[in-house]
Amino acid sequence: MNAETRPLIKPQESGVSTVAAMRAVFSRDMKVAFRQRQDLLNPLLFFVMVVTLFPLGVSPEVSFLREAGAGILWVAALLSVLLSLDHLFRHDFDDGTLEQLVLQPQPLFLLVLAKTLAHWVLTGLPLVLLAPVLGVMVHLEGNSIAVLCLTLLIGTPVLSLIGSIGAALTLGLRSAGVLLSLLIIPLYIPVLIFGTGTVAAATEGAPVGAYVALMGAFLVLAITLAPFAAAAALRISLSNS
Amino acid sequence: MWQIFHKLGSPKWFFGIATRLMPWLLAGALALLAVGLVWGLAFAPKDYLQGNSYRIIFIHVPSAFLAQSVYIMMASAAVVTLVWRMKLADVFVKAVAPVGLVLTFLALFTGAVWGKPTWGTWWIWDARLTSMLILLFLYGGAIALDRAINDEKSAARAVAVLVLVGVVNIPIIKYSVEWWNTLHQPATFKLTEKPSMPAEMWVPLLLSVLGLYLMFGWLACLRMQTEILVREQRTRWVKEHVLARRAG
Repeated sequence: MNAETRPLIKPQESGVSTVAAMRAVFSRDMKVAFRQRQDLLNPLLFFVMVVTLFPLGVSPEVSFLREAGAGILWVAALLSVLLSLDHLFRHDFDDGTLEQLVLQPQPLFLLVLAKTLAHWVLTGLPLVLLAPVLGVMVHLEGNSIAVLCLTLLIGTPVLSLIGSIGAALTLGLRSAGVLLSLLIIPLYIPVLIFGTGTVAAATEGAPVGAYVALMGAFLVLAITLAPFAAAAALRISLSNS
Repeated sequence: MWQIFHKLGSPKWFFGIATRLMPWLLAGALALLAVGLVWGLAFAPKDYLQGNSYRIIFIHVPSAFLAQSVYIMMASAAVVTLVWRMKLADVFVKAVAPVGLVLTFLALFTGAVWGKPTWGTWWIWDARLTSMLILLFLYGGAIALDRAINDEKSAARAVAVLVLVGVVNIPIIKYSVEWWNTLHQPATFKLTEKPSMPAEMWVPLLLSVLGLYLMFGWLACLRMQTEILVREQRTRWVKEHVLARRAG
């Protein structure tokens, strides 16, 4: 490659390595989130409230809750991740930070991955930590609760990653919230099926290794592909506005 | 080769080709569907187990077949949109998404009608049925996203990303009946094997499938032409075309 065709600024020459840039994006998102603590709490409250609706609305019987509990918790976690997705890019889009991010010499998909990771640490991880308490409240047994937490631990990052594509696609649109749900829920269904399937297998005493491996495969697939799609979608949404 | 590629991207060129092609597509579609459906619905032998109720297969299988193929075609067009920014690919995705939605609905509906006498239930949460339902949602999502974005180019590219992400569902639908033990029977046609039904049953079925493909081709051409006229309304050739139509 001769001198004329070489890009003017290479990532190394910009003074910031890609990893450092990812770290900077991650810690910035954490800082911004902790300055608006209520926004962090809202999805968690939502999670607890949705779970509360089922014993009150369907049946408080132990037998029903034991059978449906894992599914209820999974659906509630899915909905609360969905609810929080609108925040993933929205504020940065409104104040122009996102445009600066797109202009960085570092690959955009890695920066998006860092943002998504921050989103998961702020919303998915607290859900996983809260799940055992709710698991006890819906009368799940100890082993089932442990497996449920494991599936949520593997599954919620997948939800955040797939969700980042939807959030990027609906950026700056009217009624983005409803549209986001319409686009993303069909893609969440397989994760939900395998998440609850794992717990059901554990409750019956069947081995769960294969299920967990499949969910791990979902996670690997989502980590490798979703940031590319989300980055492409971000560029489209930004060129649109 | 490249010249053809460039020509393909020109809406005007496609408009002309489609006008010439459409009568043939329609005639072929009507002929094949007429033979396939009349043969299948009236003359094919009864199923020894299901009696006459199996005859809905002649509508169910073609629409389910097309529902999946249309999505694959849309995904291929989406790649073209994202990589080569070809206008015609945008038009194709936008024009056929509602057709795919209707076909998927038709497949689910006829499946439900067929399920009632044979399985004793309208609906079960079986892998094949659920993944077809997801396909219906994917079509719906693509249409909703397209409607929500005002700018034509951004809408086309955003929909293309969404369609490509959703393509993971297609292999799941295709193999759901082989991977999971479900109530739904395995595929009727395979490229590698002879169909397990007698020829008097599968020949009309094959004719119906091919007929519906041609019908889809005709419908796609028609809808793409309409879309092209709307998009290119400011160009000279569209004005001339409309004036010529009005005069003739």
